[in-house]
Amino acid sequence: MNWIQIGKLEDIPRQGARTVTTPHGEIAVFRTIDDQVFALNNRCPHKNGPLAQGIVHGHRVTCPLHSWVISLENGEAVAPDTGCAHRYNVKLEHGELLLQLPDKK
Amino acid sequence: MAIKKTRLVVIGNGMAGIRTVEELIKMSPDEYDITVFGAEPQPNYNRILLSPVLSGEMTFQETVLNDWGWYQENHITLHTGKPVTKIHRKQCVVSTDDGLSAPYDRLLIATGSIPFMLPVPGIDLPGVVAYRSIQDVEAMLAAAQTGKRAVVIGGGLLGLEAANGLSLRGMEVSVVHINDWLMERQLDKAGGDLLTAELRKRGLNFYLTHQTEAILGEQHVTGLRFKNGLEIDADLVVMTVGIRPSIALAKSAGIYCERGIVVNDTMQTFDPKIYSVGECVQHRGQTYGLVAPLFEQAKVAANHLAEFGRMRYEGSLVSTKLKVTGIDLFSAGDFHAAEGDEELLLQDTSRGVYKKLILRDNRLRGAVMYGDTVDGPWYFQMLRDGTDVSEFREHILFGQAHLGDSGRSGAASVMNMADSAEICGCNGINKGMIVKAIIEKKLFTIEEVRAHTKASSSCGSCTGLVEALLANTLGGDYSASPNKKPMCPCTELSHDDVRAAISKHSLESMPQLMQTLNWKTPDGCASCRPALNFYLLAAAPDTYQDDSHSRFINERVHANIQKDGTYSVIPRIWGGVTSPAELRAIADIADKYEVPTVKFTGGQRLDLLGVTKENLPKMWGDLVAAGFVSGHAYGKALRTVKTCVGSEWCRFGTQDSTGLGIQMEKETWGSWTPHKFKIAVSGCPRNCAEATIKDFGVVCVDSGYELHVGGNGGIKVRVTDFLCKVSTEAEVLEYCGAFMQLYREDAHYLERTAPWIERTGLTHIKQRVVDDASMRAELYARFLQSQTSAQIDPWKARAEGKDAAEYVPLMAVAEMAN
Ligand code: SRM
Ligand SMILES: Cc1cc2nc3c(=O)[nH]c(=O)nc-3n(C[C@H](O)[C@H](O)[C@H](O)COP(=O)(O)OP(=O)(O)OC[C@H]3O[C@@H](n4cnc5c(N)ncnc54)[C@H](O)[C@@H]3O)c2cc1C
Ligand code: SF4
Ligand code: FES
Repeated sequence: MNWIQIGKLEDIPRQGARTVTTPHGEIAVFRTIDDQVFALNNRCPHKNGPLAQGIVHGHRVTCPLHSWVISLENGEAVAPDTGCAHRYNVKLEHGELLLQLPDKK
Repeated sequence: MAIKKTRLVVIGNGMAGIRTVEELIKMSPDEYDITVFGAEPQPNYNRILLSPVLSGEMTFQETVLNDWGWYQENHITLHTGKPVTKIHRKQCVVSTDDGLSAPYDRLLIATGSIPFMLPVPGIDLPGVVAYRSIQDVEAMLAAAQTGKRAVVIGGGLLGLEAANGLSLRGMEVSVVHINDWLMERQLDKAGGDLLTAELRKRGLNFYLTHQTEAILGEQHVTGLRFKNGLEIDADLVVMTVGIRPSIALAKSAGIYCERGIVVNDTMQTFDPKIYSVGECVQHRGQTYGLVAPLFEQAKVAANHLAEFGRMRYEGSLVSTKLKVTGIDLFSAGDFHAAEGDEELLLQDTSRGVYKKLILRDNRLRGAVMYGDTVDGPWYFQMLRDGTDVSEFREHILFGQAHLGDSGRSGAASVMNMADSAEICGCNGINKGMIVKAIIEKKLFTIEEVRAHTKASSSCGSCTGLVEALLANTLGGDYSASPNKKPMCPCTELSHDDVRAAISKHSLESMPQLMQTLNWKTPDGCASCRPALNFYLLAAAPDTYQDDSHSRFINERVHANIQKDGTYSVIPRIWGGVTSPAELRAIADIADKYEVPTVKFTGGQRLDLLGVTKENLPKMWGDLVAAGFVSGHAYGKALRTVKTCVGSEWCRFGTQDSTGLGIQMEKETWGSWTPHKFKIAVSGCPRNCAEATIKDFGVVCVDSGYELHVGGNGGIKVRVTDFLCKVSTEAEVLEYCGAFMQLYREDAHYLERTAPWIERTGLTHIKQRVVDDASMRAELYARFLQSQTSAQIDPWKARAEGKDAAEYVPLMAVAEMAN
């Protein structure tokens, strides 16, 4: 597992998201109203909608394609929908955003 | 101290009784302490589905409606296999033969009915069964294991379903029927004959106009003798000649009964503590043997048990379908023409289609259909509504699809049905309820629709219609139906409350609004935020700081997201008029960015589809350089202004519709509205620009301009209402701007002009836009003022670098260090 520097908190708009392209696919990094950051695979469990383009509210994002609501904390779809977007670890250290990626296979 | 609850005892653990309990729990969860007695040993199951169980298309488990857990969760005491044998009305107690008893404050009798057995010799022989319960099905299945020949006595609905099931189980089946055609209660002779022919093809034998004299056999049934002397062999005899309301228990308790237990419109028997629902009931002289009316009764009974006391049961009209896979049959109402009735007939023997409609005074009284039943619900709806069909009488037999000239296919015709049209007859679910559930609860599969609405969960014969509704409803950016209070789960306030509060407290930003109005969530949700952003913008168009993160992605990035995450780009083509130079520029840009699809839109312009997000600003830069601005095809905003060629070219044109359309688009583009807003201008009443299904439509006439408002295409096409006629182009512009401004200040977010007008009334709009000249002038002035800050091309701004970060990834991790 590797922690990779991906930018600064200010690079992501509050209540917004940016993407990071990786060999594991596109990862969406979200910043919530309370300045917490979360990272999910940028593919909705429903039909692969790009979650980074959704509306971020609380610790949740609403998918832009068919409005499933996905929890940023664990990647799970909120009931009655079911499914899970893979979650990645991110942290903020001295203003730097660090994303944890698995080793290359 | 616990409050003592009212005690409700239910006799009959069947479909009507338990449906009443379900409705009651929904309305008033804690009021009653409920005890249910059921004669059958099973939990409540869906009796309708016995036929699929018999034929092997379903298992019993799949028919269970309420499993043991359900009774537990709802704290219901359940005694199965315990028929109640006495009701002591003085003591208010019921009891069973083996000593159980239960006191009640309210009693509900739902004992259903009992199959009628012909009084002929041999009726008690083993091998003779009725068709009512899962036990009967088990007996038939056991017989099918050992015997070969089955005889079904009674060629009605039940009999035919039994015959079909047994035949699918490998038995040789004969149906004996006293009448000279099958299902004479639901079908006329012609329909019955078609049905007989089809069932013969499937291997069933028929003895029509045969009357059973005796059932033969010593230890077990061996055969049957008819009145005419003919004898046939049988290892199993199924008796389906009719049912009788099960009233013995009620009668023995002195409750007034005729054919059934007599109830009033509140489902109360002559004893005010005792209610009754289901097949055992006689209401206004009628008894029922289908679930749809029983479920209506259940709703009413529950309403009164919950002491809401608001509903009345006024009887039901019923329609019938035969549940034999592959046979389409529908009938409703009275289909025997009486004096003064007219009969419309369509018979297409080679297609196997037969339809008969009975009319009186241009209103439907009955319908029989065989072979093609797509329009069954439509006829049934008109029958119940007493619709005057004189306007489309000549087409009525061909079905709803033939009413317009659009030639829609069968599936699309569900979309033509009114919201109130019933789709699932079993559960009384209409189209509007299903569409609403699909939209609001975001349902995608038939299972979800079943879970949320119950539609298609009983007999399943409406499954096709529900699927058609799903297919037709999904796939757009859902236009939510006019919102009732509250606007979303984040608040108790309605849309109108919020708008009022914005002006009362001069609210200027979203955090301030949420704080002042005690929002329940820290920053709202995907449904309130876009609405609040719009309301704040509409209240202060010149000063409000637009919150792009409260806009749906399309509006945030000024392009329409596609299913694969790419975008479409639609530049404005003023009034649909373009030039070789513009087309060349678009072609070059499409080449440069390798646009996979270029398409003419339904709005008279060009769509460049499949553009990646990163390419958007660059492409816009090129489009702006070629003189284009954003077409706002993505926005709750002015979309297109469609025009026809008009007086400039057309031999019928009365005014310059093209030029007027362009002027209107130049004046209104860029404006944000509660929902999308479309305009069209037609040069004469031939109306080639389809102005009468637009939010604002202009139809030019020799003497001026007719203005129409509140139309749309879409799921539910609505033709505009005529607003007024004016005589100059300047007036058209003024009325249009004033109308748009009123819409913007007045409508709920995501409420298009059509539902807005239907909610507030055309008069409300006419008074402000037409009758009151000074109000119109003020509205128009406010509109023009807000346009000064709205007509800034968003594409140009972004091509020049606004929100640049939005369009590029934060970072690209190329190789993983290892
Ligand atoms: C591109 C286009 C289809 C085409 O290839 O022709 C189109 C595409 C979409 N329409 Fe449309 N509509 C298009 C003309 C129409 C028309 C025809 C017209 O405007 O004369 C109608 C019927 C007229 C009307 O609006 O009343 C139309 C009625 C709808 C509706 C139903 C509206 C309603 O009030 O019921 C929706 C759903 C909605 O908006 O909620 C919809 C929604 C959509 C959406 C936005 C669905 C979505 O969210 O993805 C589609 C966006 C596709 C995209 O990304 O470009 N589209 N749509 C047309 C764009 C016109 C343009 O130049 O801007
Ligand atoms: C094979 C079959 C197919 C059908 N197909 C259709 C169809 O396609 N469409 C349609 O609309 N309808 C159909 N029906 C009719 C439908 O099932 C009935 O209208 C419905 O079940 C009646 O509901 P109910 O509650 O009045 O009676 P039931 O569902 O019969 O419930 C009455 C219950 O009360 C119990 N009971 C009776 N007396 C006592 C007592 N003294 N103490 C305790 N319990 C008692 C009975 O055992 C029974 O369980 C079909 C019926 C059958 C048998
Ligand atoms: S463009 Fe319109 S009609 Fe066509 S699929 Fe999309 S929403 Fe449906
Ligand atoms: S792809 Fe996310 S909701 Fe459909």
